[in-house]
Amino acid sequence: MSPKTLYDKIWDAHVAHEAEDGTCLLYIDRHLVHEVTSPQAFEGLRLAGRTVHAPDKTIAVPDHNVPTTEGRNDPAQMTAESRIQVEALDKNAREFGVHYYPVSDVRQGIVHIVGPEQGWTLPGMTVVCGDSHTATHGAFGALAHGIGTSEVEHVLATQTLIQKKSLNMKVEITGKLNPGVTAKDITLAVIGETGTGGGTGYVIEYCGEAIRDLSMEGRMTVCNMAIEGGARAGLIAPDETTYAYVNGRPHAPKGAQWEAALNWWKTLFTDEGAHFDKVVTLRGEDIQPVVTWGTSPEDVLPITGVVPHPDDFKGGKIEAARRAIEYMGLTPGQKLTDIEIDTVFIGSCTNGRIEDLRAVAEVVKGKKIKDGLRAMIVPGSGLVRAQAEQEGLAEIFEQAGFEWRLAGCSMCLAMNPDQLSEGERCAATSNRNFEGRQGYKGRTHLVSPAMAAAAALTGKLTDIRNML
Amino acid sequence: MDKFEKLTGVAAPMPLVNIDTDMIIPKAFLKSIQRTGFGKNLFDEMRYNRDGSEIPDFVLNKPQYRNAEILVAGDNFGCGSSREHAPWAIADFGIKCVVSTSFADIFFSNCFKNGILPIVLPQEQVDLLMADAERGENARMTVDLEAQEITTSDGEVIKFNVDAFKKQCLLEGLDDIGQTLQKQAAVQSYEGKMAQERPWV
Repeated sequence: MSPKTLYDKIWDAHVAHEAEDGTCLLYIDRHLVHEVTSPQAFEGLRLAGRTVHAPDKTIAVPDHNVPTTEGRNDPAQMTAESRIQVEALDKNAREFGVHYYPVSDVRQGIVHIVGPEQGWTLPGMTVVCGDSHTATHGAFGALAHGIGTSEVEHVLATQTLIQKKSLNMKVEITGKLNPGVTAKDITLAVIGETGTGGGTGYVIEYCGEAIRDLSMEGRMTVCNMAIEGGARAGLIAPDETTYAYVNGRPHAPKGAQWEAALNWWKTLFTDEGAHFDKVVTLRGEDIQPVVTWGTSPEDVLPITGVVPHPDDFKGGKIEAARRAIEYMGLTPGQKLTDIEIDTVFIGSCTNGRIEDLRAVAEVVKGKKIKDGLRAMIVPGSGLVRAQAEQEGLAEIFEQAGFEWRLAGCSMCLAMNPDQLSEGERCAATSNRNFEGRQGYKGRTHLVSPAMAAAAALTGKLTDIRNML
Repeated sequence: MDKFEKLTGVAAPMPLVNIDTDMIIPKAFLKSIQRTGFGKNLFDEMRYNRDGSEIPDFVLNKPQYRNAEILVAGDNFGCGSSREHAPWAIADFGIKCVVSTSFADIFFSNCFKNGILPIVLPQEQVDLLMADAERGENARMTVDLEAQEITTSDGEVIKFNVDAFKKQCLLEGLDDIGQTLQKQAAVQSYEGKMAQERPWV
């Protein structure tokens, strides 16, 4: 038998039907659902008189719209439109009988944090959600990707997706990371290398010593942003770190089933000599703490760099860079560490997990954030919040001057009241620096949690290595 | 779903690269629970001032492109989120075909579910169509899906590739779910097998 990649193996294990032209029906093991991209899909089912094929494999949680302030169960805290979407999810989840974590449930949070936390996401699974950051679950060696609302309806009705296989891409990070360099810097550095279209048509497998050394939280950060590089999904082969994270979670297999699952999971790796259509290799030692300067996640530079000049680029990117520099209110040649910020946002499905919050606490412990700065920490789930409080992190944050919020997507995409105002500049641990992403005419610099914490203390983009 | 067979119309040029889904339809307009009515907010932040007045320089506000049915766009069009509101807005505006050197993966599949034909062509051919689109409303292109051909206003013919299954669905306006449900037996047999092999799933 010819050697297979990890992606080949998971794909082959989920083809329920293959047509002559290679179009497949891929079976979906877990379908995660949130309030923004699902109402039209449930309505479609209703209109066609269809039911949810596998409600037991379907998990719903509101996250995009929900306020993150105390007392949010008071509907007055949401706009009328947000309330309609959250209420629609509530109604649809109950009517179609899917698993559901309402706003009032301590387990509620960002769908991509709740899935792994509750043990819904397991190695070798196919996981989809009407959200591009579904790539996050690839950290478990699960084939996970975002889908549109029509596909959400298709999965609800049939538990399958009509798919053609993508190509295989390997991203290897060799060696060790230097102090101050994190999973976020890895994933941004890779996008800086490949561009936001570099992964289009591929499923990425991340490998190498620096990836192996990451915790599950770090691996989720890396895979989360595979989509920002254009890839359909990002994958990391499961190992002892994965099994240790999964073991004992509420929906993880137990007893004999655990043993059976483990036996299969241990076959989920890329065979020696398997073919990759594209390979990118970075040396872990070469990766520095990075920051984005522009309005695309590919606009990445080491924190020691300067704002580029549009003429540094080629083709269509010249105009895009000119537009980005103007939008961001920067000057070519300006040192990145001279850029002053108004806001710090720590959270999102990229960096809203416990390890991220610990990294922030380590930097800000016993210190105060810059006067006049707005700094917000939004845990990824109610359970992350509870754990941070138990570990004493929340106290450190509040003493330093951070707002300590309830769980949700919050200012990552600013669909709830957490938004930047016009011209405001933010150091954010989220995943997208697009124009208007965090608020109309708001300006976003993507960074790691430690770098965001450093920026909160100084009021400027800051090299975390100077604070270690 | 509306069928897509053959279309002759005005093409609007948008040479900017990496046009993302947040530009196509900003999140402020994702709060509807309907599939329709997004066209007026297509490219909202590029198209309107904060007071709702139009930005005259934006391509779709120019008189010659107000009824454009084709978009010729820069590389990596539709990158970012999975929001199907992006193709809903494009279709609702009246655009039925987008041409670029590449598309983001999820956006690309979302188009086909909404009667929009995304066409990938090499840079030189996109440049040629972009130049044709720059000429305004007198330059009408024809997109023929059956023949897989674009004819420029000068009569030049450009061939394009499209997945055979997706082509058929567009030509016939087929409902995916209905088709998949016809293969229900295969899915049930897969589920039966998996209940034995991977019961923990």
